Amino acid sequence: MNPANYILLSALLFSIGAIGVLVRRNAIIVFMSVELMLNSANLAFVAFARMNGNLDGQVVAFFVMVVAAAEVVVGLAIIVTIFRTRRSASIDEPNLLKY
Amino acid sequence: MTEILPAEGVFSLLWVLIALPAAGALILLLGGRRTNTWGPYLGILTVVGSAVIAVLMLLAMMAEPAEQRTVIQNVYDWVFVGSFQVSFALQLDQLSIVFVLLITLVGALIFIYSLGYMAHDPDRRKFFAYLNLFVAAMLLLVLANNYLLLYVGWEGVGLASYLLIGFWQRKPTAAAAAKKAFVINRVGDVGLSVAIMLIFVTFGSVTFQDVFGQVGEANEGTLTAIGLLLLLAAAGKSAQFPLQAWLLDAMEGPTPVSALIHAATMVTAGVYLIARSNAIYNAATWAATAVVVVGLITIFMGAIIGSAKDDIKKSLAGSTMSQIGYMVFAAGLGPIGYVFAIFHLLTHGVFKAGLFLGAGSVMHGMNDGVNMRRYGALKGVMVITFITFMAGYLAIIGIPPFSGFWSKDEIIHAAFERNSIIGAAAILAAGITGFYMTRMVAMTFFGKKRWEDDVHPHESPKVMTIPLIILAIGSTFMGMALLFWGNIEYWLEPVVGYESVPTPLPTWVYIVVTLVVVIIGAIIGWVTYARKDVPIEAPRGNLLTRAARQDLYGDAINDVLVVEPTYKSAHALTTFDNKAVDGFVTWTASFVGDLSKRLRRSQTGFARSYALSMVGGAIILLVALILVRLS
Amino acid sequence: MTDFPWLTAIGVVPLIGSLVVALLPKSKPMLAKQIAMIVSLVVLGMTIAMALQFDGKSTEPFQFVESYPWIPAFGVNYSVGVDGIGLVLIALAATLVPVTILAGWRDIEGDQESEGSVKGYFALVLVLEALMIGVFAATDVFLFYVFFEVMLVPVYFMIGRYGGPQRSYAAIKFLLYSLLGGLFMLAALVGLYVVSIRQLGSGTFDFLALVGMDIDPNTQKMLFLGFFFAFAIKAPLWPFHTWLPDAAAESKPGTSVLLIGVLDKVGTFGMIRYLLPIFPAASEFYAPVVIGMALIGIFYGAYIALTAKDMKRLFAYSSMSHFGFITLGIFVFTSIGQTGSVVYMVAHGLSTAALFLTAGFLMSRRRESALISDYGGVNKVAPVLAGFFLVAVLSSLALPGMVSFIGEFLVLLGAFERYIWVGALATLGIVITAAYALRLYQKSMTGPLNPSLEADGNTITDLKGREITALMPIAALTVVLGFYPAPLLNVIEPAVDRTLEIVQVDAPDSGLSLDGLSSEGSEQ
Repeated sequence: MNPANYILLSALLFSIGAIGVLVRRNAIIVFMSVELMLNSANLAFVAFARMNGNLDGQVVAFFVMVVAAAEVVVGLAIIVTIFRTRRSASIDEPNLLKY
Repeated sequence: MTEILPAEGVFSLLWVLIALPAAGALILLLGGRRTNTWGPYLGILTVVGSAVIAVLMLLAMMAEPAEQRTVIQNVYDWVFVGSFQVSFALQLDQLSIVFVLLITLVGALIFIYSLGYMAHDPDRRKFFAYLNLFVAAMLLLVLANNYLLLYVGWEGVGLASYLLIGFWQRKPTAAAAAKKAFVINRVGDVGLSVAIMLIFVTFGSVTFQDVFGQVGEANEGTLTAIGLLLLLAAAGKSAQFPLQAWLLDAMEGPTPVSALIHAATMVTAGVYLIARSNAIYNAATWAATAVVVVGLITIFMGAIIGSAKDDIKKSLAGSTMSQIGYMVFAAGLGPIGYVFAIFHLLTHGVFKAGLFLGAGSVMHGMNDGVNMRRYGALKGVMVITFITFMAGYLAIIGIPPFSGFWSKDEIIHAAFERNSIIGAAAILAAGITGFYMTRMVAMTFFGKKRWEDDVHPHESPKVMTIPLIILAIGSTFMGMALLFWGNIEYWLEPVVGYESVPTPLPTWVYIVVTLVVVIIGAIIGWVTYARKDVPIEAPRGNLLTRAARQDLYGDAINDVLVVEPTYKSAHALTTFDNKAVDGFVTWTASFVGDLSKRLRRSQTGFARSYALSMVGGAIILLVALILVRLS
Repeated sequence: MTDFPWLTAIGVVPLIGSLVVALLPKSKPMLAKQIAMIVSLVVLGMTIAMALQFDGKSTEPFQFVESYPWIPAFGVNYSVGVDGIGLVLIALAATLVPVTILAGWRDIEGDQESEGSVKGYFALVLVLEALMIGVFAATDVFLFYVFFEVMLVPVYFMIGRYGGPQRSYAAIKFLLYSLLGGLFMLAALVGLYVVSIRQLGSGTFDFLALVGMDIDPNTQKMLFLGFFFAFAIKAPLWPFHTWLPDAAAESKPGTSVLLIGVLDKVGTFGMIRYLLPIFPAASEFYAPVVIGMALIGIFYGAYIALTAKDMKRLFAYSSMSHFGFITLGIFVFTSIGQTGSVVYMVAHGLSTAALFLTAGFLMSRRRESALISDYGGVNKVAPVLAGFFLVAVLSSLALPGMVSFIGEFLVLLGAFERYIWVGALATLGIVITAAYALRLYQKSMTGPLNPSLEADGNTITDLKGREITALMPIAALTVVLGFYPAPLLNVIEPAVDRTLEIVQVDAPDSGLSLDGLSSEGSEQ
């Protein structure tokens, strides 16, 4: 199978994730979309590693996973805290940090 | 050629001449109130000490042959930068010794007089401190052996004059007069500064002997420029046209100050400068002619102003201007005139000091009133003042054998040797002198009493009258003494040069004509002001009188031409600075501020719009990368 | 003792002193002042000891040299040393710091408005002293730059925390304006480094190595501008001056003394030390422009001072006029003019100190008002104060007999030697100077006593012992150096001559050609 197809898939997943981040208001969905983008990047890394025949891409993919895990922890904590105070998971509502 | 002797014997004390009064000033100023009681006496003592040294030096100098009378004392190296090497060096020769004697002797008399005149002033100590400062600076001026050091003395006397004119500075007029004197003098100083620079770049030195020794090598254009610049300086210090306006206002100072600084010594510094620089003027005909013209204009301006003023001191100030005009005029005549300029300077220094102190004595008795229209018939009340004043009066109008006759006659004579028209002008001015001085004497001492009600005239104390008597004796005999016994023209010749050119008519003709003109002037004055009653309110007067009362519009002209444009442009510049220069700076700041205010709006606080801009940025970057790759 | 690291020691002592002062408890302001005073006096003593060992006839470019590698990767060294110019400016700084500390003894705690503590102010003064000494002693251009920029920090706090009502505006304006200049200088510095890599093989910031380079004239012209911009803001030259009046008007008198009296000299010092030797061709190229700016500055500052209503602003504009003279003297490239400029720097430091401190004492007696119209007739009730004020005014108008006269006259003479009309024109400035200086004295000190000075029921008092002690050394130095300037001239002139040797501009002809003046033209 042509590895380029994995790249295409990765781009597709990334775009879905990005659009999800942009159009959805629910924080949890946005969060899942971010995860989708991260994993599409991982897919691309692994695919490139395969295409180039070395392990660099796979190593980076592990790094990304670790970072993503950390991010999930912090991100979910923030979302839960916001939900507790505002009783809402919409990310458009907490907009106090502006000009 | 004169030899230059090292300072030995009594001449090694040359620096002490200056150091004594300077130390006096320093002690009085730093000592503060502690010196209030004995300070004035210390001041007098230092000046008398300098006078004694000066007399000893004169005697020592007279013992030497004429060619060996120049002494130079190098005190220390002052400003040594590259090729510009100026020592703090003093030079005593026949010219400076007569000045030193005039300053210290007349100065000592005026110091003693001030003891009485300022007896009740709470700031008497300061007054003496400033006078001491003046004497020190004036001695430095005449003893300096180079132009730069002369400049220090020149500004030192200016400072002392500033302090003393403004001595009663609680009066706003006095403070304003002091500032005016200083600022106008500064205009003259520009002339002196630039002259010194030009002298240095031309001759490579600023000492007198170097400069005068090389005059022949410079071109006439340069010398003319130097001469004109020095004339500007002299005009400032000596209140000559066009920088004359400050002298009349300077009469705000205490009368002894007017006598010492603004009549006898400081204002003659300009004449000294011209006479000292004679080598330059001899080689620059145009500059010398300018000196004559300035002198002549001032003779008449001063005389006309003196004829119209009712304030006795201002009238005397006009007379001072006029008499210094004579000296400047004589100095401009060249080698035939220098010695007589100095001669007149000396006699004038004595008789004008006497006149001013006499006026001060009158004011002392009249509750400090200066308006001659409120004087009258004082001859019986103030006998000594009257007699001494008359001696000065006869001297200034030039009646033989009083001292002014000899010196003024020589100047008129020299003027005729040069040119009959300027000679005739000098005689005419002598006539006006006769008029205004007679007017002053008549209004003050003769006629009816016009005193204000609470005024009780009385003769002044001895401490004031004794200096008056000494000065009156000087006014009477000094001319003859200097001319016949001192041979003033041959005494000064080695320094300033002297030559006598025959005149078209015999000498006695000029003397008779001058005397006749003077007496006509005096008679007119007598008839107008002694035979008729003097109205207490000044009559409106004719056009010339009114102009003269306004100092011939000197102030008005200065205001319109200089002061107002300066202030207007200064205000305009201030606005420009605030609006344009600083405006640009603040505009830049507020521009950046505005811009950031607008950009800030993009921070909406919606996380998703930030995400959108990130995606947008990423896409732009991607497209840019692809485009670069493809091209 | 010649191996003793004098310059480092003189710089480190105030730094340690400031640390000690800063660590003191806030409840002991007196102790803080006393320590600051002692430290500054120790520094002054050390400076005098160093100056006495300075060899005026030495042919070495710098004395008391120390050099240690700092950032070897970029060729940056901690290297210090002084020539005559640096020495007199360090001496000026070391003299003025104890004077300002003494003069400002009660300025801080009496002030309700200022935010900072007493010890903080004196600690900042000492830090500033260390940095001022560093900036004049540095012989490594990078080190100079670091000091040049770091100096802004203590001054920023001195203005911004201990000033008048508009202090934060003034402080920000000062900081931003100076930083902007510093930015251009940094760019030029990097450029210079790159040039040195190309020319010498390895990059260096060493002053003497940079002077030895032969930079292409076009590059010189660009780099010159970067440095010049920073120095012109610092000096300040017209039209980069508008931060100065605000800064002067809002800061404490002591701050103003250090800012205008010493700090601003870094600008003119930088011109003579760095611009001229490193960029000789560019200096010559830009000289007419700089001289034009200097001339404008002389008259512009003096004219505005003539109409100033606020004393401190008046002093600021008069300083601008004086900086015009100093810059003029530097850029005429004559030994006389440049020596005059350096003397004028010292003289201006002294006269500024006298003016600001006396005016400060006066203002402290009338609720800090700086308006000239709030005063009048002070001479009558406070003659000693008026006397010092007069000395300060006269020193600022360069009365012969004061050291400022020596500086001013030498500058004018140097200018006259080179460009006769420039010298003559600049001389006219002395008239306006006299007019504004004496106008100030007349309005504030003479005439009838201003009623507002008596409004509180008691008239203002005369100077006290502490205040007289602070002013006396300045007044004495002004007069003594005016009559005996040899100590200054002897050390300055060799340094100036070395600079001119590098610039290689011919001395003007001694026999002047007077084509402009004489119809016959020159004889030469």
